[in-house]
Amino acid sequence: MHVVVVTKNTPDTEATITVDANGGVNWGDKMVVNPWDEYSITEAVLLKGAHNVKTTVVTVGTEQHAEALKHGLAIGIDQAIRIWDPALEGDDSLVYARAVTAAIKKLGDVSLIIFGKEFSDSASDAHIYQVARLLGWTMLGFVAKIDAVDFAGGTIRVQRLTEQGTQTVSSKLPAVISVVKDINEPKYPTFIGIRKAAKADIPVWSAADLGVDLGSGKVKVERYQELPKRVGQVELIEGATAQDKAGALVDKLIEEKVL
Amino acid sequence: MSGVWVWIEQADGQPLSASLEALGLARALAGNDPVTALVFGQSVDGVAQAAIQSGADAVIKADDPTLALVRFEPYIALLAKLVAEQQPAVVLAAATLDGRELMAGAAADVDAGVLTDVTELALDGDTLRALRPVTGGKVLRVETIQDSGPKFATLRARAFKALEPDASRTGTITEVAPVLAEDAVSTKVESVEQHAGGVSLTDASIVVSAGRGVGGADGFDPVRKLADVLHGALGASRAAVDAGWIPYEHQVGQTGKTVSPDLYIAIGISGAIQHQAGMRTAKVIVAINKDPDAPIFKLARYGIVGDLFEIVPALTEAFRKRLN
Ligand SMILES: Cc1cc2nc3c(=O)[nH]c(=O)nc-3n(C[C@H](O)[C@H](O)[C@H](O)COP(=O)(O)OP(=O)(O)OC[C@H]3O[C@@H](n4cnc5c(N)ncnc54)[C@H](O)[C@@H]3O)c2cc1C
Repeated sequence: MHVVVVTKNTPDTEATITVDANGGVNWGDKMVVNPWDEYSITEAVLLKGAHNVKTTVVTVGTEQHAEALKHGLAIGIDQAIRIWDPALEGDDSLVYARAVTAAIKKLGDVSLIIFGKEFSDSASDAHIYQVARLLGWTMLGFVAKIDAVDFAGGTIRVQRLTEQGTQTVSSKLPAVISVVKDINEPKYPTFIGIRKAAKADIPVWSAADLGVDLGSGKVKVERYQELPKRVGQVELIEGATAQDKAGALVDKLIEEKVL
Repeated sequence: MSGVWVWIEQADGQPLSASLEALGLARALAGNDPVTALVFGQSVDGVAQAAIQSGADAVIKADDPTLALVRFEPYIALLAKLVAEQQPAVVLAAATLDGRELMAGAAADVDAGVLTDVTELALDGDTLRALRPVTGGKVLRVETIQDSGPKFATLRARAFKALEPDASRTGTITEVAPVLAEDAVSTKVESVEQHAGGVSLTDASIVVSAGRGVGGADGFDPVRKLADVLHGALGASRAAVDAGWIPYEHQVGQTGKTVSPDLYIAIGISGAIQHQAGMRTAKVIVAINKDPDAPIFKLARYGIVGDLFEIVPALTEAFRKRLN
């Protein structure tokens, strides 16, 4: 019985991201574990504490993504694996999902795969659902709470967010879940954890190691663009009293047909 | 085959407005080719009619108890089978939680590309080209799929315009059967809890949000009154959510929801970069903050510097007078 978390590094949310004249992008120098994955990695560690399961953290990416793996190891995940192959250049979700799927098959006894809601850099979650589909497992997306999980019996019950509210859903295992911020309080690495993680041996699996043809992606990133600049500066509404200010603002909004 | 398909999502027997926006875009992308609405569920004739009135030439309808609620396996099995058989050029859905799952999952089944949460989309021959905000909306990225087969995309709510509904429009309705029987589905929805009333954040044309500046759960009362007068949705910063003053479903920002209303009023919110990630595409931003140096004023079109507990009730009153 085995729980797997898939993660990566993403630019620090405070990073200044710039676009060059050729439409290339510079993500800034500071990378952090994808913010949504602080929850997924923590959830795997909590499940390990409560059940007799092995935990693995996986990343698909170049050497720079090893940091996200070390974060996982430092808070208590048992082992880390990095998958990399030149075929993974580009950013096609299905190619990515094929790599993850092959790794899950190679690991063998996986009951549950946990993803954070999305990758904050590409702002995409397509790979998550595609992993579920390629494995032929079901998907429980946007999980806010795991009510109960029985790894031996092969069942799970969760609460998931929907557009209109919350659903309680029960399912067979194996399954893929994605988690949202409500699910836990992220754990942070301890000093001892960081030292242990620094010494860990992280294997790198290529497409050949996985015995999979990753194919080529259909989605191509053509270029990046800056945001359109907001025109004009803020207009501060003045007035002697709160009523005056409020009245003046409402007049402006109505005049400009915002309402 | 060619043509553009749109999966129509529904709530309480009504299509989501974001799905109707997708139909509006489909109409523009399809040119002279047909626009087909996919309506899955139980007792969905009303939704099928609404789709026709909002631009669909044809509806593929599946009406079955196994489809009553959106579930990953039965929905994708059906969608992927239809796409594989009929080979539409483009399949669209609103970029809601369910829309994202279905489009990406079905794309995996038929080995197609998927563009997610796009704000502009164009079809040029076999090339589907999208503009999409990435890294919390800090930069935009242009992505393409070049393929003669089906291509999938999900559309950000309020980025595209729905057509005016036309009750005289007609269209064909074809019924199809589900692919999976109940015992072939691994999930069971045991209960559903709807949010208590209110306007959905992602669809709202007006969002009134408050942050740590309101000082406590009670501080949301005047803010809620303002939202009610404007028929707007109530948003919040993460600081207010983390303090337990308001549930997470109201959170706007990088780890909350992304909204693009016509008007966003930020009350007692400093405007941290992670909050901006969720609201910077609003057309007009109004900030109310006692600190004239709060970063939110850099983004705002209008600002009032002052104590929110004085300004917000006055604003509610002023709107009430002017809007009646
Ligand atoms: C990985 C990550 C993800 C995050 N995701 C999100 C997210 O999704 N959404 C989000 O919002 N934040 C997010 N944050 C947190 C974000 O960095 C800020 O901490 C948060 O947005 C601050 O909330 P705030 O503006 O309400 O509070 P503060 O920054 O404390 O600002 C309160 C404001 O209220 C004003 N104020 C106080 N009293 C009054 C008064 N009486 N009248 C008028 N004004 C008053 C103050 O001048 C101040 O500007 C995230 C952070 C991280 C690290």
